[in-house]
Amino acid sequence: MSVNDTVDTAVNAEAKEWKPKIVAFCCNWCSYAGADLAGSSRLSYPADVKIIRVPCSCRVNPMFILKAFERGADGVILCGCHPGDCHYSTGNYYTRRRMTLLFSMLDYIGVERERTRVEWVSAAEGARFSKVMNDFVAKIYELGENVKVGDLRCKQ
Amino acid sequence: MQAVSAKIIERAKELMREGTVTKVAGWKAGEFFYDAEPNIFETPESLDGLVYNRFCASNLSKYMIKNSAFESAGKVLVILKPCDTYSFNQLLTEHRIDREKVYIIGAGCEGMCDIDRVRALGFKGITGIDEKGDGKTLVVYTLYGDGEVDIDDVLVNKCEFCKGKAHKIYDELISENEDEGPRGDRFEGVRALEAMSPEERFAFWQGELSKCIRCNACRNACPACSCRKCVFDNAASGVASKANTDSFEEKMFHIIRAFHVAGRCTDCGECTRVCPQGIPLHLFNRKYIKDIDEFYGTYTAGEEAGQRGPLITFTQEDREPNSVSDKGGN
Amino acid sequence: MSLKKIALTELDRFFSAIALKKKIYLPVEKAGQYDYAPWEPGITYHPEVLHTVKSAKSVFFPQSEDLVRYKRSGLSLAIAEVPPEDEEFVVFGVHACDVKGFEVLDRVFLSDPVDTFYKARREHGTVVSVMCPQPEETCFCETFGIDAENPGADVQARICEGTLYMEALTGKGEALLEELGGIVAEADQNGEAAGEGKDAEAYAKGAEEHKKIMDKLPLAGLTTEGFGAEADLLTLFNRPEWKELSSSCLGCGTCTYVCPTCQCYDIREYNTGKDIRRFRVWDSCMYSDFTMMAHGSPRPDQLQRFRQRFMHKLKYYPDNYEGAFSCVGCGRCLQKCPVSMNIVKVMKTLGGAAHE
Repeated sequence: MSVNDTVDTAVNAEAKEWKPKIVAFCCNWCSYAGADLAGSSRLSYPADVKIIRVPCSCRVNPMFILKAFERGADGVILCGCHPGDCHYSTGNYYTRRRMTLLFSMLDYIGVERERTRVEWVSAAEGARFSKVMNDFVAKIYELGENVKVGDLRCKQ
Repeated sequence: MQAVSAKIIERAKELMREGTVTKVAGWKAGEFFYDAEPNIFETPESLDGLVYNRFCASNLSKYMIKNSAFESAGKVLVILKPCDTYSFNQLLTEHRIDREKVYIIGAGCEGMCDIDRVRALGFKGITGIDEKGDGKTLVVYTLYGDGEVDIDDVLVNKCEFCKGKAHKIYDELISENEDEGPRGDRFEGVRALEAMSPEERFAFWQGELSKCIRCNACRNACPACSCRKCVFDNAASGVASKANTDSFEEKMFHIIRAFHVAGRCTDCGECTRVCPQGIPLHLFNRKYIKDIDEFYGTYTAGEEAGQRGPLITFTQEDREPNSVSDKGGN
Repeated sequence: MSLKKIALTELDRFFSAIALKKKIYLPVEKAGQYDYAPWEPGITYHPEVLHTVKSAKSVFFPQSEDLVRYKRSGLSLAIAEVPPEDEEFVVFGVHACDVKGFEVLDRVFLSDPVDTFYKARREHGTVVSVMCPQPEETCFCETFGIDAENPGADVQARICEGTLYMEALTGKGEALLEELGGIVAEADQNGEAAGEGKDAEAYAKGAEEHKKIMDKLPLAGLTTEGFGAEADLLTLFNRPEWKELSSSCLGCGTCTYVCPTCQCYDIREYNTGKDIRRFRVWDSCMYSDFTMMAHGSPRPDQLQRFRQRFMHKLKYYPDNYEGAFSCVGCGRCLQKCPVSMNIVKVMKTLGGAAHE
């Protein structure tokens, strides 16, 4: 599946009254397993979060984040292994620099800073995963619908 | 600059006659004083058409990718201004140019002028331009009367914020001026935007970017944009739309264009210079440069060949992305 | 000839009167640059502006437009046609070069197979041309036989001494001026009472003065000799000078997108997640993916792409359309090319009589 299709499936779960659409990119080795653990531990996190599994947080290039917004996401969160714990040793260190610059740029063009976030969640941190997602979703509820960065054609 | 120009022509002819170089990349006189175009000269005689004046702002380093390619025979001479040498170094770093095949004449530069800025001052139908001996004034002849302009008022943006007059790489130097260091504060524009509220910033960029016609001049003129196939030209990438059908697309294009050269951009200013819509594209690039300097330590791409750029390295103590504070006014 | 007039200071009233009934497009300033956009109260017309960045063709042939939409629900596929333009509109302030640019597009889009989207816009649009203000050194419309003082179109106008004089040339133009009867006044013509033909005099004088400047333009002597239907295609095609001419070309689309006569487009699709939009967008022969086919690009080098653009304007188009050139000498490419390469340099290098 192309990036478009993947992102679409994630964000286009039908919405009647406004509910945020949140895309979470999770790395295969830590954060995705963390989400799994949250599930098997029966910890809840909002259904507004749609997870896209990636091999490493480093796989996510800035275009993915922007693409998610383009197609209607209200918030995008990227989760990876804690710095130092990357399955590929150093992937998340590069992620960290890239996302720092990207987030700063989004802020610079006037997009609300809190719509994007990077969190490090290990495979053992099911509880943390649940908390991170609850916090993020609450924040997006506060910010309301994303009107600044999205393709209008996807909203009609 | 006339003396420099004459010396360049003389040296280029010599080097071509003695066989050191087979081609010369320089500027060829155009229809008017201000429209010299980059040109590859192949005979010593044709070099009489070479000019080097106040309107030779274009950066020739990118042409060296093609002209130093291994199938290209012989050495090519290229004339580089101080700021162009940063781009050249960066291309060397990325192994896009074969240094052995290029002979660099570093040409002294006193700042290049922008004909659009001359026009913006109200000059129409410009038939000729002369530079006064003081090096500070241009005499502009037009169909509707003549006038004078202060060179400082019509400098190309990149020259208004000149990085310095020192060449970072060259084989020989033909220059008459001393390095006076950087001119002005190049992050001034970025700071002004950062000081605005998010709404003001959003409105500013919406206004500027909605003018974009997606001609790709910024990308194609950029010496750092040297991919063989750009993601925006790749129909299979899902982002290759040829026009801004929705306001999102222009934002996406410009953020990503600048991001792809972040840490590699030498701030040569070509993007802003070539934009037919006058969009201040350097404000994207300089934002990335400023952030890199603040977050990861001052870094100048192209300062020397072989540097390791800030986005292909890291430290364990790097700041967290979430800590990028809202710099806005509220 | 029936000449109407309105003072420049009254223009807002004039635009409002038109806007009551239909959209009116004119050069609008946006962050320091001008492009055609719908007039709204508060927008001022700047008669001194010679060129918009994109030419007026963008009103009839927009940079991007939807052609058809598909929507899938379950197993059925619904096709929704996008209806062509069906509302009347006015384009104001088009100068002679851009008016002739419409004719170049007409020959392509209105000949068989007719482009319904373009045709609908042409039929519903009334063009009010205005004699250009101070031409620039980059202008060379006379090379292509364009009469800058009499730009033609539905209504032709000149601004002389603070007054806009208008003359209807077609039925559509007459209808427009009639509708505006309460806003525009009759101009004094020869021998009539009141002003003793003062207006007609000013109107004629404005053109005379304009012509004097046109004759002084540095590119006034440029000719099309060596190009057009009579020129030998292969000789021109194989000229060795193409190599040097194209050596500076960056392969961007600036010249194409600011050109009033370039008419190539690409058809793309966009998946909104809910439906598919098939739309067309301007394309540029300077791009590496122009006319890309399964086997690759038919013009793999910039030399070939560069040659294509100018051969099309100066040779292929004249061959196909009875000698008419696909350039109107507006000079936009001279002003906008990032490396200052342009059609004038090509014509002077390859043309017949330009070597003096």
